Amino acid sequence: MGDLNYVYAVARIRVKEKSLLSNADVAQMCGMKDADAVLGYLSEKGWGSAGERQSADQMLAAEEAKAAAALRELGAGKEILEVLSLPQMYHNLKAGIKTTCTGTENPKAFYKGVEPSEDTVTRSLTSKDFKLLPEHMRAAAERALEVMLRARDGQMCDVIVDRACLDAMAAAGEKSTHEILRTYLLEQVAVADIRTAVRGAKTGKSLAFFKEALAPVRGLSVQKLAIAAAESEKALFDDLSGTAYAGAAEAIKVSPSAFERWCDDKVMESIRPQKRNAFSIGPVVAYYLARQTEIRTARIVLTAKANGFSEEAIRERVREMYV
Amino acid sequence: MSLGMVFALIGAVLSTALAGIGSAWGVGVAGQAAAGVVSEDPDQFAKVLILQLLPGTQGIYGLLVTFITLSNIGILGGSPITDTNTGLMYLFACLPIAIVGLVSAFHQGKTSVASIGIVAKKPDQFGKAMLFPAMVETYAILALLISILSITNIH
Repeated sequence: MGDLNYVYAVARIRVKEKSLLSNADVAQMCGMKDADAVLGYLSEKGWGSAGERQSADQMLAAEEAKAAAALRELGAGKEILEVLSLPQMYHNLKAGIKTTCTGTENPKAFYKGVEPSEDTVTRSLTSKDFKLLPEHMRAAAERALEVMLRARDGQMCDVIVDRACLDAMAAAGEKSTHEILRTYLLEQVAVADIRTAVRGAKTGKSLAFFKEALAPVRGLSVQKLAIAAAESEKALFDDLSGTAYAGAAEAIKVSPSAFERWCDDKVMESIRPQKRNAFSIGPVVAYYLARQTEIRTARIVLTAKANGFSEEAIRERVREMYV
Repeated sequence: MSLGMVFALIGAVLSTALAGIGSAWGVGVAGQAAAGVVSEDPDQFAKVLILQLLPGTQGIYGLLVTFITLSNIGILGGSPITDTNTGLMYLFACLPIAIVGLVSAFHQGKTSVASIGIVAKKPDQFGKAMLFPAMVETYAILALLISILSITNIH
C-alpha cells in the first residue's frame, strides 16, 4: 500500500518523460555544425532559462538545478536525496581536503546545496573535528587528510575518498527498501569497480592499489577482479568475460571512450524497467537519473563540438538515453 | 422485525457498502494519477477524467442492487419478509455484487492508474488505454447480473 503514495508523482513523471531527449535528438545534436547550433536546439527543447541567451555552462547548471528541484518537489524522501547526493558529498570532501592542505580557496570546486555544506566540510577538516561529518565519511576523511598532509599524495587521497564513497553507496543499496535504489546503487558500485580495474590495469597498478580502491559489492568478485587487473589487461578481460559484465571487455577492445559509454549505459539499463512501473518512487528516481545522463551527454556533445571533434568521434562517446 | 428481514437488510447494506468502498478507493487512486497528469498537461483533463471514473461504476451497481432489494422486502415496496430462509436468500443474492464490486473496483483503480500513465505519454492511444480498465468491468457486470437475477427470482 505504501507504494501507492507515489501515484501522483509517477503520473507527473510520465508527462515529464515526454520532454526527455531521445536517442534521435542526440543523433541530431551530433550532426549539428557547432556548439551554438546545439545550444539553440537545446534552448528550443526548453533547456536553460526561458528568453535568455545562456552559455553552455549556465544552461547545464540550470538544468541540473531543475532536475534536483523536480526530485524534491515530487516527494523523494530524505533517504533518496541523501543517497543520490553521495557522489557530490564525497566530491566536496575531496575538494575540502585539497583546499585545506594547499591553503587556497576555490568555491567553484564545491557542489552547492549538498549536505554537509562546504563550510561544514572545511571547518571539520581544519579543526580535525570529524564528528561534524556524516558517520560513513569520518574515517575516510581523517585518513585522506593525513595522507595529504604527510605525503602530499593527491592520488592516494582520491583513492581513499572514492573507495569510501563506493562503500557508502553499496551499504545504502543493501539497506534501502526502494528497489530502484538497490538496483541502481549496486550496479553503480560494480561498474565503478570495473572502471577502476580497467584504468589501473592500463597503467600497471599493483595488487595493493586494487585492494585499496575496489569496493566489495554483491554480484562481482572484487578479489578476483583485483588479482586479474594486477596481472594484466588480458587477464582482466578474460575475468570479465565470464561475468555479467562481459560487455565491458568488448567495449574496452573498441576504445576507452566506448568503455566509458558502456559504464553509463549499463547503469541506464538497470533503471530502464521503471518506465513500466506505476506504483513506486522508482520512476521518479529513474527520471532524475535519466536527466543526469542527458545533461552529461549534452555536456559531451557541447564540449566535443567546441573542440572540433568529428561527428563519428562524438557518436562513440554519447550515452544511451532513457526514452 | 423478523430475522429474515434482518438478513435481507444486511445483504442490501453490504452491496452498497462494499462495492462503494471499492469504488471510493479506485476512483481516489485514479484521481491522484489524473491530477498528476493534469498538473503537467491540462489538455488531457477529459481523457483522464473518464479513466478516473471507470472504477466508480461498482458503487452504482451496488446501489442499484440495494434499491431492488429494498423494493422487494417491504422497505420501499413489495411485501415484508416473514421467514428466515427468504431473508438468507436475499443476503446471498446480494453478495456477488458486494464482494466482486469491492475486489474489481480495487483492481480497476490500479489498472486505471496504469492507463492514465499511457495517456500521459501517448494521448493518441486513449482508446487502447481505456480498454484495459474496461476489461475489469466485465466481472463487476457479471456479478451485477447474478445479483439482480437472484433477487428478482426470490418468491
